[in-house]
Amino acid sequence: MNSRGAEIAVEQRSTSPSPKSETRFGDPDALLWRIVRPVGMAALFLTVWGLAVRWSGSDLFPTPGNVARGIFELIQKGLLLKYIVASLFRVSWGFALAVVIGVPLGLVLGWYSRAFQAFNPFIQVFRPISPIAWIPVAILWFGVSDAAPIFLIFLASVFPITVSAIAAVQNMQLVYLRAAQNFGLSTGELFRQVIFRACLPQIITGIRIALGVAWLVVVAAEMIAVNSGLGYLIIDARNAGKRYDLVVAGMVMIGLIGLVLDLLVRQLEKFDEVRWGYAGRRR
Amino acid sequence: MNSAVSIRDVSMRFAGKRAGEQIDVLETVSAEVAHGEFVCIVGPSGCGKSTLLNIVAGFIEATSGEVLVEGERVHGPNSRRIFVFQENGVFPWLNVRENVGFGLRQSTQKERDLTIARYIDMVSLAGFENAYPHELSGGMRQRVEIARALAANPDIIYMDEPFGALDFLTRLKMRADLVRIWQSEKKTILFVTHDIEEAVQLADRVLVMSPRPGRIIEAVDVDLPRPRHLDSSGYLEKRDRIFEVMGMSLRVGETAA
Repeated sequence: MNSRGAEIAVEQRSTSPSPKSETRFGDPDALLWRIVRPVGMAALFLTVWGLAVRWSGSDLFPTPGNVARGIFELIQKGLLLKYIVASLFRVSWGFALAVVIGVPLGLVLGWYSRAFQAFNPFIQVFRPISPIAWIPVAILWFGVSDAAPIFLIFLASVFPITVSAIAAVQNMQLVYLRAAQNFGLSTGELFRQVIFRACLPQIITGIRIALGVAWLVVVAAEMIAVNSGLGYLIIDARNAGKRYDLVVAGMVMIGLIGLVLDLLVRQLEKFDEVRWGYAGRRR
Repeated sequence: MNSAVSIRDVSMRFAGKRAGEQIDVLETVSAEVAHGEFVCIVGPSGCGKSTLLNIVAGFIEATSGEVLVEGERVHGPNSRRIFVFQENGVFPWLNVRENVGFGLRQSTQKERDLTIARYIDMVSLAGFENAYPHELSGGMRQRVEIARALAANPDIIYMDEPFGALDFLTRLKMRADLVRIWQSEKKTILFVTHDIEEAVQLADRVLVMSPRPGRIIEAVDVDLPRPRHLDSSGYLEKRDRIFEVMGMSLRVGETAA
């Protein structure tokens, strides 16, 4: 509780003889207030948005009501589910590929310093190139197929995953390594039972960042290379009749699904095997 | 000749921070540890006693000299000789049961379960089998590490200030427990500490080291019966002898002669 909260609580205790009914509203950390704050902010935002569109007299930019009707229209036509599934399908493949390659690669490069010397400059040069810059190359190599966006998502997510795994191994506590050596582990056992396990909390953090980036990129990739998905919806709605209600509907769905994806990956941090790695962080 | 551990003229020199600078950490250290003996190494902080134990365990290589275990030269760590770490080497991703069983990968499931239960019981952690290290206190975590070491059934246990991070009362309790376990398990223990009282409470023999570069300046036999009474004249005499060797006086306000 912050100091202001403490003051209020103290005041209450001294002034009100029966604080029971009042504390529920008086305590700034009560559940009620924790719900009211974000919901109130959202309501305010939607109201200002609606009023701003009306006052500006724009007939292209939608009000929140228009967007809601747009989403409903997409559901009725069966397009919304289809597009969401298409986008998630591409993210799943590109991202899974990045995890399967990035985690072992990062562990090995983190462990063998000579391999790290060889690969690190390569990684550092490729890492800052935006996946968007790869779009022409992806089209050249894979044509207008699902493989192109999957390749772009892979590129976008493999670097954060690899780099976080490398850093995790390099910063691993010496005492775990010595204990492992002491018990006579083979190299394979050492990787599976100690290095991987010791690095897992940091790897999961890398995976979370990578999934966020992957979701950003799938939408961008779909704007060019394919004919389904939420990114495609946005470009198509704009090109076919300036349907800005559907453009914003697509944006809203992208935001909501991104949120759900992050909440899902966060669940990984709650397993007993990795919780030790997040000690002290507020959750 | 029939020593468990022989340390022969071990010297250690590290490169300093400046180019060409050399720091002598250990200077021709020699010592013998007999089978089943409990030996403590005490010395002021920075005297190289932890470095010495890490060399004996095979984690780092000495600049010169050699360490023999059962007459064979040590070239690296070995699961016959388990190290208990100062900063706690229990694996935080494994629960108590899995940590204690870590050195038992070769045993059958049944043997493993029996051994784990026995040592968890021995260090008084029954009921915490499924707890993870971050849910335990410092003393309990150190117990887990001791149980993990014992369960692997080593011939020798190396301990590097294992109780250094614990509070006073926990430390007293852990010492008593360690002596009890050592008496029942008959292991050879080489124990490093900066705490003179701890050394006299635990050891058969105390090796006293000088400030850096570390040398062994005296070996004090602590031939006192166990359990040891901390106010007995024998105990106080041994303790004061070591204080004296280390150039300190117990009487406040008086400086060493």
